[in-house]
Amino acid sequence: MSAGVSAHSDRIDRATSSFCGHCGEPDDGGAGPASDPHLRCREQLEFEPPRYCTHCRRRMKVQVTPLGWTSQCTRHGVFVQ
Amino acid sequence: MTIQANLPTSYEILATARKQVLEEGRGLTQEQLVDVLSLPDDALPAALQLAHEVRLRHCGEDVEVEGIVSIKTGGCPEDCHFCSQSGLFDSPVRGVWLDIPELVKAAKETAATGATEFCIVAAVRGPDIKLMNQIKFAIDRINEAVDINIACSLGMLTQRQVDQLKDWGVHRYNHNLETARSYFAEVVTTHSYEERLETCNMVKAAGMELCCGALIGMGESLEQRAELAAQLAALEPHEVPLNFLNPRPGTPLENQGIMDGKDALRAIAAFRLAMPRTVLRYAGGRELTLGDLGTREGLLGGINAVIVGNYLTTLGRPATADLSLLVELNMPIKELQKSL
Ligand code: SF4
Ligand SMILES: [Zn+2]
Ligand SMILES: [Zn+2]
Repeated sequence: MSAGVSAHSDRIDRATSSFCGHCGEPDDGGAGPASDPHLRCREQLEFEPPRYCTHCRRRMKVQVTPLGWTSQCTRHGVFVQ
Repeated sequence: MTIQANLPTSYEILATARKQVLEEGRGLTQEQLVDVLSLPDDALPAALQLAHEVRLRHCGEDVEVEGIVSIKTGGCPEDCHFCSQSGLFDSPVRGVWLDIPELVKAAKETAATGATEFCIVAAVRGPDIKLMNQIKFAIDRINEAVDINIACSLGMLTQRQVDQLKDWGVHRYNHNLETARSYFAEVVTTHSYEERLETCNMVKAAGMELCCGALIGMGESLEQRAELAAQLAALEPHEVPLNFLNPRPGTPLENQGIMDGKDALRAIAAFRLAMPRTVLRYAGGRELTLGDLGTREGLLGGINAVIVGNYLTTLGRPATADLSLLVELNMPIKELQKSL
């Protein structure tokens, strides 16, 4: 992790998220699972690290290694597994 | 009346394969492979069982475990329509380099799983001097830190680059055909099938092991899938990684859909019956195409190698899930042999 960048633990905290980590579109979580437009995105996030920062929608620098991954937003820090 | 005569027409190919592939060690031809790929669902367990027997007889019970990592992700100038790392598509994958300490850490973690292979991959048409220097540096640092075979996948090579990699101790080089010659232009327009073959042939001629893979489920016909397996068999690669399309956002194949799981299993059996002695590796897309049970079915259906953990840009099953499965199936992990 680069100096000055804060670390977030594991997956994205939906309560404080504004954007979908998979597709980058606005994400308010929907009224319930049935009306959640990002349901498929959440499934996809089982197979891929988040590529968009959920706070500011910037495309993140993602690095995947055999046993881990990091997604880094230049403004909001690093998400790690 | 013999048992063979009692078999339904669709099973005749399996009786032929039992004699030709299992007993005589000769892979099926392209036409025969079409028959395997066209088998009905009720013949699938028998096809997988036969492919498993072929693998056990001609390769043994060991499973080769490998980790792969991207030293340079994204921004590739090529247009492979399935690839999220092409810089020509509107893909969310950003260009990024992995630094050498991180690469060494990944190699150590990979070795700690019991893996004997570590493949360094770069999303490039072919390596430039800067990348070759990085690779040399990375190889030296990894060799200082951990005992593992190093493979590379750096796109198309010149003869000089082939020779350099060989000198630096790279024991295996990956360069995929991806799809059948007759379908190649549908999925790649910035380089040709022949250019890919050229690199594969140079690698083999230099004495490195060739790893040459397939990506199926891109809209090719069954005949083209059989063509691909036959073309790979003709190349006689040491290893064939078998990938299933994971349609990536922003790529031309994003709406292709995920291939049918049973078709994927038929393909596994067919590839094993085409190449009885090759290391046949489960690679990308297996989680999505076949779900959790697919790994077991594949390992009991002709597969004898796995990529452990994550892929280059997507995530795989947890390494521990695959490793415990190998224990449960009584399949030992292949041990390290620094052969080259
Ligand atoms: S050459 Fe490799 S990295 Fe580049 S677009 Fe094709 S598959 Fe992707
Ligand atoms: Zn989304
Ligand atoms: Zn951000």
